[in-house]
Amino acid sequence: MHVTHLGLVDFRSYPQVELDLEPGVTTFVGANGQGKTNLVEAIGYASTGRSHRVASDGPLVRAGAERAVVRVEVSRAGRRLLVELEITPGRSNRARVNRAPVPRQRDALGQVTRVLFCPEDLALVKGDPGDRRAFLDDLLVSLAPRYDGVLTDLERVLRQRNALLKSATALRGGGQRARTAAEQTLSVWDDQLVTCSAELVAARAHLVARLAGPVGEHYRAVAPEDRDPRVDLTYACGVPGVTDTGADPAVGREEVAEAMRAALVARRDEEFARGLTLVGPHRDELVLRLHDLPVRGYASHGESWSMALSLRLASYALLRAEAGPGGDPVLILDDVFAELDTGRRERLAGLVAEVEQVLVTAAVPADVPSALAGRQVAVAGGTVVLP
Amino acid sequence: MYEGIVQDVIDALGRLPGIGPKGAQRIAFHLLKADPEEVTALAEALVALREQVRFCAICGNVAQEETCGICRDPRRDPAQLCVVEESKDVVAIERTREFRGRYHVLGGAISPMEGIGPDDLRIRELMARLADGVVQEVILATDPNLEGEATAAYLARMIAPLGLTVSRLASGLPVGGDLEFADEVTLGRAFEGRRRIGGQG
Ligand SMILES: Nc1ncnc2c1ncn2[C@@H]1O[C@H](COP(=O)(O)OP(=O)(O)OP(=O)(O)O)[C@@H](O)[C@H]1O
Ligand SMILES: [Mg+2]
Ligand SMILES: [Zn+2]
Repeated sequence: MHVTHLGLVDFRSYPQVELDLEPGVTTFVGANGQGKTNLVEAIGYASTGRSHRVASDGPLVRAGAERAVVRVEVSRAGRRLLVELEITPGRSNRARVNRAPVPRQRDALGQVTRVLFCPEDLALVKGDPGDRRAFLDDLLVSLAPRYDGVLTDLERVLRQRNALLKSATALRGGGQRARTAAEQTLSVWDDQLVTCSAELVAARAHLVARLAGPVGEHYRAVAPEDRDPRVDLTYACGVPGVTDTGADPAVGREEVAEAMRAALVARRDEEFARGLTLVGPHRDELVLRLHDLPVRGYASHGESWSMALSLRLASYALLRAEAGPGGDPVLILDDVFAELDTGRRERLAGLVAEVEQVLVTAAVPADVPSALAGRQVAVAGGTVVLP
Repeated sequence: MYEGIVQDVIDALGRLPGIGPKGAQRIAFHLLKADPEEVTALAEALVALREQVRFCAICGNVAQEETCGICRDPRRDPAQLCVVEESKDVVAIERTREFRGRYHVLGGAISPMEGIGPDDLRIRELMARLADGVVQEVILATDPNLEGEATAAYLARMIAPLGLTVSRLASGLPVGGDLEFADEVTLGRAFEGRRRIGGQG
Protein backbone atom coordinates (compact mmCIF):
# COMPACT_ATOMS: atom_id res chain seq x y z
CA MET A 1 0.00 0.00 0.00
CA HIS A 2 1.02 3.60 -0.16
CA VAL A 3 -0.16 6.79 1.47
CA THR A 4 -1.74 9.07 -1.13
CA HIS A 5 -2.68 11.90 1.18
CA LEU A 6 -1.82 13.12 4.66
CA GLY A 7 -3.97 15.82 6.23
CA LEU A 8 -3.33 17.31 9.67
CA VAL A 9 -5.16 19.88 11.75
CA ASP A 10 -3.57 21.07 14.99
CA PHE A 11 -1.36 17.99 15.16
CA ARG A 12 1.97 18.68 16.92
CA SER A 13 3.54 21.78 15.32
CA TYR A 14 1.10 21.85 12.37
CA PRO A 15 -1.95 24.16 12.43
CA GLN A 16 -2.94 22.63 9.12
CA VAL A 17 -1.22 20.71 6.36
CA GLU A 18 -2.50 18.87 3.29
CA LEU A 19 0.11 16.75 1.58
CA ASP A 20 -0.19 14.50 -1.47
CA LEU A 21 2.22 11.60 -1.56
CA GLU A 22 3.29 9.15 -4.22
CA PRO A 23 4.58 5.60 -4.29
CA GLY A 24 8.35 5.16 -4.32
CA VAL A 25 10.74 7.11 -2.15
CA THR A 26 9.92 10.51 -0.66
CA THR A 27 12.47 12.26 1.53
CA PHE A 28 11.46 14.97 3.99
CA VAL A 29 14.37 17.31 4.41
CA GLY A 30 14.71 20.09 6.96
CA ALA A 31 16.78 21.31 9.87
CA ASN A 32 16.26 19.94 13.39
CA GLY A 33 12.94 20.67 15.00
CA GLN A 34 11.16 21.68 11.79
CA GLY A 35 8.47 19.00 11.97
CA LYS A 36 9.71 16.03 9.92
CA THR A 37 9.11 13.40 12.58
CA ASN A 38 5.75 14.95 13.39
CA LEU A 39 4.57 14.06 9.87
CA VAL A 40 5.54 10.39 10.02
CA GLU A 41 4.34 10.12 13.61
CA ALA A 42 0.86 11.01 12.35
CA ILE A 43 0.89 8.12 9.86
CA GLY A 44 1.88 5.77 12.68
CA TYR A 45 -0.96 7.10 14.80
CA ALA A 46 -3.48 6.34 12.06
CA SER A 47 -2.08 2.82 11.98
CA THR A 48 -2.11 1.80 15.64
CA GLY A 49 -3.81 4.63 17.53
CA ARG A 50 -0.58 5.20 19.44
CA SER A 51 2.41 7.43 19.00
CA HIS A 52 5.87 5.91 18.84
CA ARG A 53 7.20 8.79 20.93
CA VAL A 54 4.73 9.43 23.73
CA ALA A 55 2.44 7.25 25.80
CA SER A 56 -0.35 9.82 26.19
CA ASP A 57 -2.14 11.86 23.55
CA GLY A 58 -1.62 15.26 25.17
CA PRO A 59 1.60 16.26 23.36
CA LEU A 60 0.09 15.32 19.99
CA VAL A 61 -2.35 18.22 20.07
CA ARG A 62 -0.86 21.55 19.04
CA ALA A 63 -0.20 23.73 22.06
CA GLY A 64 -3.28 25.91 22.64
CA ALA A 65 -5.64 23.73 20.56
CA GLU A 66 -8.25 21.39 22.03
CA ARG A 67 -8.15 18.59 19.51
CA ALA A 68 -6.14 17.36 16.58
CA VAL A 69 -7.26 15.69 13.37
CA VAL A 70 -5.20 13.14 11.47
CA ARG A 71 -6.39 12.11 8.02
CA VAL A 72 -4.52 9.42 6.13
CA GLU A 73 -5.60 8.16 2.74
CA VAL A 74 -3.96 5.02 1.41
CA SER A 75 -4.20 3.18 -1.85
CA ARG A 76 -4.19 -0.58 -1.48
CA ALA A 77 -4.16 -2.66 -4.66
CA GLY A 78 -5.75 0.30 -6.46
CA ARG A 79 -8.50 0.86 -3.86
CA ARG A 80 -8.61 4.06 -1.85
CA LEU A 81 -9.18 4.00 1.87
CA LEU A 82 -9.46 7.02 4.11
CA VAL A 83 -8.87 6.84 7.87
CA GLU A 84 -9.70 9.94 9.92
CA LEU A 85 -9.05 10.28 13.63
CA GLU A 86 -9.97 13.15 15.88
CA ILE A 87 -7.69 13.18 18.92
CA THR A 88 -9.12 14.71 22.08
CA PRO A 89 -6.87 14.05 25.07
CA GLY A 90 -8.72 12.70 28.07
CA ARG A 91 -11.65 11.54 26.00
CA SER A 92 -12.14 8.74 23.49
CA ASN A 93 -11.12 9.68 19.99
CA ARG A 94 -13.61 9.84 17.17
CA ALA A 95 -12.87 7.87 14.05
CA ARG A 96 -14.17 7.59 10.50
CA VAL A 97 -13.36 5.15 7.74
CA ASN A 98 -14.18 6.35 4.24
CA ARG A 99 -16.17 9.20 5.82
CA ALA A 100 -18.43 6.81 7.77
CA PRO A 101 -18.16 7.10 11.56
CA VAL A 102 -17.15 3.89 13.33
CA PRO A 103 -18.19 3.18 16.95
CA ARG A 104 -14.67 2.96 18.32
CA GLN A 105 -11.29 4.18 17.17
CA ARG A 106 -10.16 0.55 17.21
CA ASP A 107 -12.44 -0.16 14.25
CA ALA A 108 -10.37 2.24 12.14
CA LEU A 109 -6.97 0.84 13.09
CA GLY A 110 -4.89 -1.69 11.19
CA GLN A 111 -6.15 -0.41 7.84
CA VAL A 112 -3.03 1.65 7.38
CA THR A 113 0.08 -0.36 8.21
CA ARG A 114 3.58 0.96 8.55
CA VAL A 115 6.95 -0.07 9.91
CA LEU A 116 8.99 2.74 11.37
CA PHE A 117 12.74 2.86 11.88
CA CYS A 118 14.00 5.63 14.14
CA PRO A 119 17.14 6.53 16.09
CA GLU A 120 15.49 5.35 19.31
CA ASP A 121 15.45 1.82 17.88
CA LEU A 122 18.77 1.16 19.54
CA ALA A 123 16.74 0.97 22.74
CA LEU A 124 15.08 -2.17 21.35
CA VAL A 125 18.40 -3.84 22.03
CA LYS A 126 20.03 -1.79 24.77
CA GLY A 127 16.98 -0.46 26.60
CA ASP A 128 14.79 -1.81 29.36
CA PRO A 129 12.53 -4.85 28.91
CA GLY A 130 9.66 -2.38 28.57
CA ASP A 131 11.09 -1.13 25.27
CA ARG A 132 11.03 -4.63 23.84
CA ARG A 133 7.54 -5.30 25.16
CA ALA A 134 6.39 -2.10 23.48
CA PHE A 135 7.99 -3.30 20.23
CA LEU A 136 6.06 -6.59 20.39
CA ASP A 137 2.81 -4.88 21.33
CA ASP A 138 3.02 -2.34 18.51
CA LEU A 139 3.62 -5.11 16.00
CA LEU A 140 0.81 -7.16 17.51
CA VAL A 141 -1.68 -4.30 17.10
CA SER A 142 -0.52 -3.78 13.51
CA LEU A 143 -1.14 -7.45 12.80
CA ALA A 144 -4.44 -7.67 14.69
CA PRO A 145 -5.99 -4.39 15.94
CA ARG A 146 -8.13 -6.14 18.54
CA TYR A 147 -5.01 -6.43 20.70
CA ASP A 148 -5.29 -2.69 21.18
CA GLY A 149 -8.29 -3.52 23.38
CA VAL A 150 -6.41 -6.22 25.28
CA LEU A 151 -3.54 -3.80 25.97
CA THR A 152 -5.83 -0.99 27.08
CA ASP A 153 -7.67 -3.38 29.40
CA LEU A 154 -4.47 -4.75 30.87
CA GLU A 155 -3.11 -1.27 31.56
CA ARG A 156 -6.30 -0.32 33.35
CA VAL A 157 -6.65 -3.57 35.30
CA LEU A 158 -3.10 -3.11 36.54
CA ARG A 159 -3.79 0.45 37.66
CA GLN A 160 -6.99 -0.60 39.43
CA ARG A 161 -5.42 -3.63 41.02
CA ASN A 162 -2.35 -1.72 42.18
CA ALA A 163 -4.56 0.99 43.66
CA LEU A 164 -6.48 -1.66 45.57
CA LEU A 165 -3.33 -3.37 46.88
CA LYS A 166 -1.88 -0.01 47.83
CA SER A 167 -5.02 1.05 49.70
CA ALA A 168 -4.81 -2.12 51.79
CA THR A 169 -1.12 -1.49 52.42
CA ALA A 170 -1.72 2.12 53.39
CA LEU A 171 -4.32 1.03 55.90
CA ARG A 172 -1.79 -1.02 57.82
CA GLY A 173 -3.35 0.23 61.03
CA GLY A 174 -6.51 -1.59 59.97
CA GLY A 175 -4.32 -4.67 59.57
CA GLN A 176 -6.22 -7.83 58.82
CA ARG A 177 -9.52 -6.00 58.43
CA ALA A 178 -8.24 -3.76 55.66
CA ARG A 179 -6.79 -6.73 53.89
CA THR A 180 -9.94 -8.80 54.16
CA ALA A 181 -11.97 -5.96 52.69
CA ALA A 182 -9.54 -5.60 49.81
CA GLU A 183 -9.48 -9.33 49.16
CA GLN A 184 -13.24 -9.36 48.63
CA THR A 185 -12.88 -7.31 45.49
CA LEU A 186 -9.35 -8.39 44.59
CA SER A 187 -10.57 -11.72 43.23
CA VAL A 188 -12.73 -9.82 40.72
CA TRP A 189 -9.68 -7.94 39.42
CA ASP A 190 -7.67 -11.17 39.49
CA ASP A 191 -10.11 -12.73 37.04
CA GLN A 192 -9.81 -9.77 34.70
CA LEU A 193 -6.03 -9.70 35.02
CA VAL A 194 -5.79 -13.40 34.22
CA THR A 195 -8.08 -13.11 31.18
CA CYS A 196 -6.28 -10.28 29.42
CA SER A 197 -2.81 -11.42 30.52
CA ALA A 198 -3.29 -14.92 29.18
CA GLU A 199 -4.45 -13.56 25.87
CA LEU A 200 -1.53 -11.16 25.60
CA VAL A 201 1.18 -13.59 26.71
CA ALA A 202 0.00 -16.25 24.28
CA ALA A 203 -0.11 -13.72 21.44
CA ARG A 204 3.30 -12.23 22.20
CA ALA A 205 4.91 -15.67 22.49
CA HIS A 206 3.35 -16.78 19.23
CA LEU A 207 4.60 -13.59 17.61
CA VAL A 208 8.15 -14.15 18.85
CA ALA A 209 8.05 -17.67 17.43
CA ARG A 210 7.13 -16.24 14.01
CA LEU A 211 9.74 -13.46 14.22
CA ALA A 212 12.75 -15.60 15.15
CA GLY A 213 13.45 -16.94 11.66
CA PRO A 214 13.12 -13.62 9.77
CA VAL A 215 15.25 -11.78 12.35
CA GLY A 216 18.08 -14.27 11.82
CA GLU A 217 17.83 -13.99 8.03
CA HIS A 218 17.90 -10.22 8.10
CA TYR A 219 20.79 -10.16 10.51
CA ARG A 220 22.79 -12.08 7.94
CA ALA A 221 21.90 -9.50 5.29
CA VAL A 222 22.61 -6.46 7.47
CA ALA A 223 25.85 -7.76 8.99
CA PRO A 224 27.61 -9.84 6.31
CA GLU A 225 30.89 -9.48 8.20
CA ASP A 226 29.52 -12.02 10.65
CA ARG A 227 29.90 -15.31 8.79
CA ASP A 228 27.86 -17.45 11.12
CA PRO A 229 25.57 -15.31 13.24
CA ARG A 230 23.61 -17.38 15.71
CA VAL A 231 20.60 -15.22 16.43
CA ASP A 232 18.07 -16.39 18.95
CA LEU A 233 14.81 -14.85 20.22
CA THR A 234 12.85 -16.13 23.21
CA TYR A 235 9.83 -14.82 25.02
CA ALA A 236 10.62 -15.08 28.70
CA CYS A 237 7.35 -15.17 30.62
CA GLY A 238 7.91 -14.35 34.27
CA VAL A 239 5.05 -16.56 35.46
CA PRO A 240 6.48 -19.77 36.93
CA GLY A 241 5.28 -22.87 35.13
CA VAL A 242 4.69 -21.27 31.74
CA THR A 243 6.82 -23.26 29.35
CA ASP A 244 6.39 -23.34 25.62
CA THR A 245 3.61 -20.90 24.78
CA GLY A 246 4.67 -20.24 21.22
CA ALA A 247 3.52 -23.26 19.29
CA ASP A 248 -0.24 -22.97 19.54
CA PRO A 249 -1.74 -19.73 20.83
CA ALA A 250 -4.99 -21.36 21.93
CA VAL A 251 -3.28 -24.00 24.03
CA GLY A 252 -0.86 -21.38 25.35
CA ARG A 253 -3.69 -19.21 26.65
CA GLU A 254 -5.14 -21.92 28.91
CA GLU A 255 -1.73 -22.84 30.19
CA VAL A 256 -0.85 -19.22 31.02
CA ALA A 257 -4.18 -18.61 32.75
CA GLU A 258 -3.73 -21.61 35.00
CA ALA A 259 -0.13 -20.77 35.85
CA MET A 260 -1.09 -17.18 36.58
CA ARG A 261 -3.84 -18.13 38.99
CA ALA A 262 -1.39 -20.28 40.92
CA ALA A 263 1.26 -17.54 40.89
CA LEU A 264 -1.22 -14.94 42.15
CA VAL A 265 -2.08 -17.14 45.13
CA ALA A 266 1.59 -17.85 45.81
CA ARG A 267 2.59 -14.20 45.80
CA ARG A 268 -0.46 -12.70 47.47
CA ASP A 269 1.34 -11.79 50.71
CA GLU A 270 4.19 -10.20 48.82
CA GLU A 271 1.76 -8.22 46.66
CA PHE A 272 0.00 -6.87 49.73
CA ALA A 273 3.30 -6.03 51.36
CA ARG A 274 4.50 -4.08 48.36
CA GLY A 275 1.18 -2.73 47.12
CA LEU A 276 2.01 -3.83 43.60
CA THR A 277 0.95 -6.42 41.03
CA LEU A 278 3.91 -8.79 40.75
CA VAL A 279 2.47 -11.32 38.32
CA GLY A 280 1.66 -10.55 34.70
CA PRO A 281 2.88 -9.73 31.20
CA HIS A 282 4.06 -6.31 32.37
CA ARG A 283 7.06 -8.16 33.80
CA ASP A 284 7.93 -10.32 30.80
CA GLU A 285 10.94 -9.96 28.56
CA LEU A 286 11.90 -10.58 24.96
CA VAL A 287 15.39 -12.03 25.23
CA LEU A 288 17.65 -11.47 22.23
CA ARG A 289 20.80 -13.57 21.92
CA LEU A 290 23.71 -13.41 19.54
CA HIS A 291 26.26 -16.21 19.57
CA ASP A 292 24.54 -17.60 22.68
CA LEU A 293 25.15 -14.39 24.65
CA PRO A 294 22.45 -11.90 25.56
CA VAL A 295 22.66 -8.92 23.21
CA ARG A 296 21.84 -6.51 25.99
CA GLY A 297 25.01 -5.87 27.94
CA TYR A 298 27.23 -7.97 25.65
CA ALA A 299 26.87 -6.96 21.99
CA SER A 300 29.03 -4.23 20.43
CA HIS A 301 27.50 -0.98 19.24
CA GLY A 302 27.56 -2.13 15.62
CA GLU A 303 26.08 -5.52 16.47
CA SER A 304 23.37 -3.80 18.49
CA TRP A 305 22.42 -1.64 15.51
CA SER A 306 22.41 -4.67 13.21
CA MET A 307 20.06 -6.42 15.60
CA ALA A 308 17.76 -3.39 15.88
CA LEU A 309 17.54 -3.08 12.09
CA SER A 310 16.92 -6.83 11.81
CA LEU A 311 14.01 -6.61 14.23
CA ARG A 312 12.41 -3.87 12.14
CA LEU A 313 13.12 -5.58 8.82
CA ALA A 314 11.68 -8.83 10.17
CA SER A 315 8.57 -6.93 11.35
CA TYR A 316 8.20 -5.63 7.83
CA ALA A 317 8.55 -9.13 6.35
CA LEU A 318 5.98 -10.53 8.78
CA LEU A 319 3.41 -7.80 8.19
CA ARG A 320 3.87 -8.13 4.46
CA ALA A 321 3.51 -11.92 4.54
CA GLU A 322 0.30 -11.76 6.58
CA ALA A 323 -1.29 -8.82 4.78
CA GLY A 324 -2.30 -10.36 1.48
CA PRO A 325 -2.19 -8.75 -1.96
CA GLY A 326 -1.35 -5.04 -2.07
CA GLY A 327 -1.00 -4.91 1.69
CA ASP A 328 2.71 -4.17 1.90
CA PRO A 329 3.20 -1.76 4.81
CA VAL A 330 4.53 1.73 4.27
CA LEU A 331 8.18 1.85 5.32
CA ILE A 332 9.30 4.88 7.30
CA LEU A 333 12.96 5.69 7.94
CA ASP A 334 12.98 8.52 10.43
CA ASP A 335 16.46 9.99 10.73
CA VAL A 336 18.15 6.57 10.86
CA PHE A 337 20.91 7.08 8.32
CA ALA A 338 22.67 9.63 10.49
CA GLU A 339 23.07 6.88 13.09
CA LEU A 340 24.56 4.25 10.79
CA ASP A 341 27.98 3.66 9.28
CA THR A 342 28.31 3.65 5.49
CA GLY A 343 28.13 -0.14 5.19
CA ARG A 344 24.88 -0.48 7.12
CA ARG A 345 23.43 2.56 5.35
CA GLU A 346 24.02 1.06 1.93
CA ARG A 347 22.79 -2.39 2.90
CA LEU A 348 19.63 -1.03 4.53
CA ALA A 349 18.94 1.11 1.47
CA GLY A 350 19.43 -1.91 -0.77
CA LEU A 351 17.03 -4.02 1.27
CA VAL A 352 14.19 -1.52 1.17
CA ALA A 353 14.64 0.09 -2.26
CA GLU A 354 11.97 -2.16 -3.79
CA VAL A 355 9.28 -1.42 -1.22
CA GLU A 356 6.08 0.16 -2.60
CA GLN A 357 6.47 3.33 -0.56
CA VAL A 358 9.38 4.55 1.53
CA LEU A 359 9.18 7.78 3.53
CA VAL A 360 12.55 9.07 4.69
CA THR A 361 13.32 12.00 6.97
CA ALA A 362 16.77 13.55 7.16
CA ALA A 363 18.26 16.73 8.58
CA VAL A 364 21.29 16.25 6.32
CA PRO A 365 20.26 15.04 2.84
CA ALA A 366 23.78 13.77 2.15
CA ASP A 367 23.27 11.07 4.82
CA VAL A 368 20.66 9.37 2.63
CA PRO A 369 22.21 6.74 0.33
CA SER A 370 21.83 7.37 -3.39
CA ALA A 371 19.83 4.13 -3.78
CA LEU A 372 17.03 5.99 -2.02
CA ALA A 373 17.21 9.15 -4.06
CA GLY A 374 13.58 10.06 -4.59
CA ARG A 375 11.30 13.01 -4.42
CA GLN A 376 12.45 15.61 -1.89
CA VAL A 377 10.04 17.59 0.24
CA ALA A 378 11.29 20.56 2.26
CA VAL A 379 9.96 20.89 5.82
CA ALA A 380 10.46 24.19 7.61
CA GLY A 381 8.76 25.68 10.65
CA GLY A 382 5.58 23.64 10.44
CA THR A 383 5.05 24.05 6.72
CA VAL A 384 5.70 21.58 3.97
CA VAL A 385 6.92 22.65 0.56
CA LEU A 386 6.41 20.29 -2.33
CA PRO A 387 9.02 20.39 -5.08
CA MET B 1 -7.05 35.59 31.64
CA TYR B 2 -10.08 37.84 32.14
CA GLU B 3 -10.85 39.98 35.11
CA GLY B 4 -12.72 38.84 38.21
CA ILE B 5 -16.20 37.49 37.66
CA VAL B 6 -15.77 36.62 33.99
CA GLN B 7 -12.79 34.43 34.78
CA ASP B 8 -14.62 32.93 37.80
CA VAL B 9 -17.47 31.84 35.52
CA ILE B 10 -15.08 30.47 32.90
CA ASP B 11 -13.21 28.50 35.57
CA ALA B 12 -16.43 27.13 37.05
CA LEU B 13 -17.77 26.08 33.64
CA GLY B 14 -14.41 24.57 32.71
CA ARG B 15 -14.62 22.23 35.68
CA LEU B 16 -17.83 20.66 34.32
CA PRO B 17 -17.52 17.32 32.54
CA GLY B 18 -17.16 17.57 28.76
CA ILE B 19 -16.35 21.29 28.69
CA GLY B 20 -12.83 22.42 27.82
CA PRO B 21 -11.28 25.85 28.37
CA LYS B 22 -12.39 27.14 24.97
CA GLY B 23 -15.92 25.82 25.38
CA ALA B 24 -16.13 27.45 28.82
CA GLN B 25 -15.09 30.78 27.34
CA ARG B 26 -17.66 30.48 24.56
CA ILE B 27 -20.47 29.72 27.03
CA ALA B 28 -19.44 32.57 29.35
CA PHE B 29 -19.58 35.14 26.54
CA HIS B 30 -22.81 33.66 25.24
CA LEU B 31 -24.34 34.20 28.69
CA LEU B 32 -23.11 37.80 28.74
CA LYS B 33 -24.93 38.52 25.51
CA ALA B 34 -28.03 36.41 26.15
CA ASP B 35 -31.44 37.66 27.30
CA PRO B 36 -31.08 38.38 31.07
CA GLU B 37 -34.32 36.50 31.82
CA GLU B 38 -32.97 33.36 30.23
CA VAL B 39 -29.83 33.56 32.29
CA THR B 40 -31.80 34.13 35.49
CA ALA B 41 -34.00 31.13 34.68
CA LEU B 42 -30.88 29.01 34.22
CA ALA B 43 -29.39 30.18 37.51
CA GLU B 44 -32.64 29.46 39.34
CA ALA B 45 -32.94 26.03 37.80
CA LEU B 46 -29.42 25.23 39.00
CA VAL B 47 -30.22 26.30 42.54
CA ALA B 48 -33.49 24.33 42.49
CA LEU B 49 -31.60 21.30 41.22
CA ARG B 50 -29.51 21.16 44.34
CA GLU B 51 -32.24 22.24 46.75
CA GLN B 52 -35.23 20.25 45.54
CA VAL B 53 -34.01 17.16 43.75
CA ARG B 54 -33.46 14.24 46.04
CA PHE B 55 -32.60 10.60 45.69
CA CYS B 56 -35.32 7.96 45.92
CA ALA B 57 -35.24 6.28 49.32
CA ILE B 58 -35.85 2.89 47.70
CA CYS B 59 -33.83 2.75 44.49
CA GLY B 60 -31.48 5.75 44.64
CA ASN B 61 -32.78 7.27 41.39
CA VAL B 62 -33.25 11.04 41.26
CA ALA B 63 -36.67 12.01 42.63
CA GLN B 64 -38.72 15.07 43.50
CA GLU B 65 -40.29 13.33 46.46
CA GLU B 66 -39.38 10.70 49.02
CA THR B 67 -39.53 8.03 46.32
CA CYS B 68 -39.27 8.17 42.53
CA GLY B 69 -42.04 7.78 39.96
CA ILE B 70 -40.95 4.29 38.95
CA CYS B 71 -40.91 2.95 42.50
CA ARG B 72 -44.40 4.40 43.08
CA ASP B 73 -45.83 3.00 39.83
CA PRO B 74 -47.93 -0.11 40.71
CA ARG B 75 -47.79 -1.37 37.12
CA ARG B 76 -44.07 -2.06 37.35
CA ASP B 77 -43.15 -5.71 37.94
CA PRO B 78 -41.57 -6.02 41.41
CA ALA B 79 -40.09 -9.43 40.54
CA GLN B 80 -37.51 -7.94 38.17
CA LEU B 81 -34.79 -5.63 39.36
CA CYS B 82 -32.34 -3.90 37.07
CA VAL B 83 -29.10 -2.69 38.68
CA VAL B 84 -27.45 0.32 37.06
CA GLU B 85 -24.59 2.67 37.92
CA GLU B 86 -26.29 6.06 37.54
CA SER B 87 -29.70 7.67 37.19
CA LYS B 88 -28.91 8.53 33.59
CA ASP B 89 -28.73 4.80 32.85
CA VAL B 90 -32.31 4.47 34.07
CA VAL B 91 -33.31 7.08 31.52
CA ALA B 92 -31.41 5.26 28.75
CA ILE B 93 -33.08 1.92 29.56
CA GLU B 94 -36.54 3.50 29.90
CA ARG B 95 -36.16 4.84 26.35
CA THR B 96 -35.91 1.28 25.02
CA ARG B 97 -39.33 0.32 26.57
CA GLU B 98 -37.93 -3.21 26.92
CA PHE B 99 -38.03 -3.34 30.68
CA ARG B 100 -41.10 -3.22 32.95
CA GLY B 101 -39.48 -4.05 36.29
CA ARG B 102 -37.84 -1.77 38.82
CA TYR B 103 -34.35 -0.33 39.26
CA HIS B 104 -31.56 -0.04 41.74
CA VAL B 105 -29.05 2.77 41.25
CA LEU B 106 -25.62 2.02 42.72
CA GLY B 107 -24.20 5.51 42.44
CA GLY B 108 -21.13 4.42 40.47
CA ALA B 109 -18.90 1.42 39.92
CA ILE B 110 -16.08 -0.18 41.86
CA SER B 111 -12.88 1.71 41.05
CA PRO B 112 -9.96 1.50 43.50
CA MET B 113 -8.15 4.21 41.49
CA GLU B 114 -10.85 6.67 42.47
CA GLY B 115 -11.08 5.21 45.95
CA ILE B 116 -14.51 3.67 45.29
CA GLY B 117 -15.03 0.30 46.95
CA PRO B 118 -18.21 -1.76 47.48
CA ASP B 119 -18.97 0.15 50.69
CA ASP B 120 -19.14 3.43 48.79
CA LEU B 121 -21.91 2.13 46.53
CA ARG B 122 -25.52 1.35 47.42
CA ILE B 123 -24.78 -2.38 47.64
CA ARG B 124 -25.89 -2.85 51.23
CA GLU B 125 -29.26 -1.30 50.27
CA LEU B 126 -29.45 -3.66 47.30
CA MET B 127 -28.88 -6.73 49.45
CA ALA B 128 -31.55 -5.49 51.87
CA ARG B 129 -34.03 -5.15 49.00
CA LEU B 130 -33.31 -8.66 47.79
CA ALA B 131 -33.80 -10.19 51.25
CA ASP B 132 -37.63 -10.14 51.25
CA GLY B 133 -37.97 -12.67 48.42
CA VAL B 134 -40.11 -10.48 46.12
CA VAL B 135 -37.40 -10.00 43.50
CA GLN B 136 -36.91 -13.10 41.35
CA GLU B 137 -34.49 -11.87 38.70
CA VAL B 138 -31.63 -9.39 38.99
CA ILE B 139 -30.35 -7.86 35.78
CA LEU B 140 -26.87 -6.40 36.10
CA ALA B 141 -26.77 -3.45 33.69
CA THR B 142 -23.54 -1.79 34.73
CA ASP B 143 -21.48 -0.15 31.99
CA PRO B 144 -19.75 -2.44 29.47
CA ASN B 145 -16.28 -1.33 30.57
CA LEU B 146 -13.71 -2.75 32.95
CA GLU B 147 -15.13 -1.17 36.11
CA GLY B 148 -18.69 -2.05 35.15
CA GLU B 149 -17.72 -5.66 34.51
CA ALA B 150 -15.84 -5.85 37.79
CA THR B 151 -18.86 -4.46 39.65
CA ALA B 152 -21.19 -6.93 37.93
CA ALA B 153 -18.87 -9.84 38.76
CA TYR B 154 -18.70 -8.73 42.38
CA LEU B 155 -22.49 -8.40 42.66
CA ALA B 156 -23.08 -11.75 40.97
CA ARG B 157 -20.89 -13.34 43.63
CA MET B 158 -22.72 -11.55 46.46
CA ILE B 159 -26.17 -12.48 45.14
CA ALA B 160 -25.35 -16.11 44.31
CA PRO B 161 -26.18 -17.50 47.79
CA LEU B 162 -29.72 -16.06 47.54
CA GLY B 163 -30.59 -18.42 44.69
CA LEU B 164 -32.07 -15.73 42.44
CA THR B 165 -31.71 -15.59 38.69
CA VAL B 166 -28.88 -13.22 37.83
CA SER B 167 -28.33 -12.01 34.29
CA ARG B 168 -26.00 -9.64 32.51
CA LEU B 169 -26.85 -7.54 29.45
CA ALA B 170 -25.95 -9.36 26.24
CA SER B 171 -22.80 -8.35 24.48
CA GLY B 172 -23.22 -6.16 21.44
CA LEU B 173 -22.97 -2.97 23.41
CA PRO B 174 -19.87 -1.09 22.40
CA VAL B 175 -17.19 -2.34 24.76
CA GLY B 176 -15.43 0.27 26.83
CA GLY B 177 -18.36 2.63 26.57
CA ASP B 178 -21.04 4.15 28.71
CA LEU B 179 -24.49 2.65 28.82
CA GLU B 180 -26.06 6.06 28.33
CA PHE B 181 -24.42 6.47 24.93
CA ALA B 182 -25.69 3.18 23.52
CA ASP B 183 -28.46 3.76 21.00
CA GLU B 184 -31.96 2.54 21.83
CA VAL B 185 -32.01 -0.34 19.38
CA THR B 186 -28.68 -1.75 20.53
CA LEU B 187 -29.52 -1.34 24.19
CA GLY B 188 -32.96 -2.86 23.66
CA ARG B 189 -31.43 -5.86 21.94
CA ALA B 190 -28.86 -6.26 24.71
CA PHE B 191 -31.74 -6.36 27.17
CA GLU B 192 -33.69 -8.98 25.27
CA GLY B 193 -30.63 -11.17 24.83
CA ARG B 194 -29.38 -10.90 28.40
CA ARG B 195 -27.59 -13.99 29.53
CA ARG B 196 -27.90 -15.73 32.82
CA ILE B 197 -24.72 -15.70 34.86
CA GLY B 198 -25.88 -17.31 38.05
CA GLY B 199 -28.73 -18.55 40.15
CA GLN B 200 -31.59 -20.93 39.49
CA GLY B 201 -32.68 -22.58 36.32
N1 LIG C 1 1.98 19.76 20.66
C1 LIG C 1 2.84 20.60 20.05
N2 LIG C 1 2.50 21.89 19.83
C2 LIG C 1 3.34 22.73 19.21
N3 LIG C 1 4.56 22.40 18.79
C3 LIG C 1 4.98 21.15 18.99
C4 LIG C 1 4.14 20.18 19.61
N4 LIG C 1 4.80 19.02 19.69
C5 LIG C 1 6.00 19.23 19.13
N5 LIG C 1 6.11 20.50 18.71
C6 LIG C 1 7.27 21.10 18.08
O1 LIG C 1 7.63 20.34 16.95
C7 LIG C 1 9.03 20.39 16.82
C8 LIG C 1 9.60 19.00 16.67
O2 LIG C 1 9.21 18.52 15.48
P1 LIG C 1 9.86 17.17 14.94
O3 LIG C 1 10.11 16.23 16.05
O4 LIG C 1 9.00 16.71 13.83
O5 LIG C 1 11.25 17.72 14.40
P2 LIG C 1 12.17 17.10 13.30
O6 LIG C 1 12.03 17.91 12.07
O7 LIG C 1 11.92 15.65 13.18
O8 LIG C 1 13.58 17.39 13.97
P3 LIG C 1 14.90 16.45 14.11
O9 LIG C 1 15.64 16.60 12.83
O10 LIG C 1 15.63 17.10 15.25
O11 LIG C 1 14.45 15.08 14.41
C9 LIG C 1 9.61 21.01 18.07
O12 LIG C 1 10.06 22.29 17.76
C10 LIG C 1 8.46 21.04 19.00
O13 LIG C 1 8.51 22.14 19.85
MG1 LIG D 1 12.96 13.95 13.89
ZN1 LIG E 1 -37.09 4.71 43.14
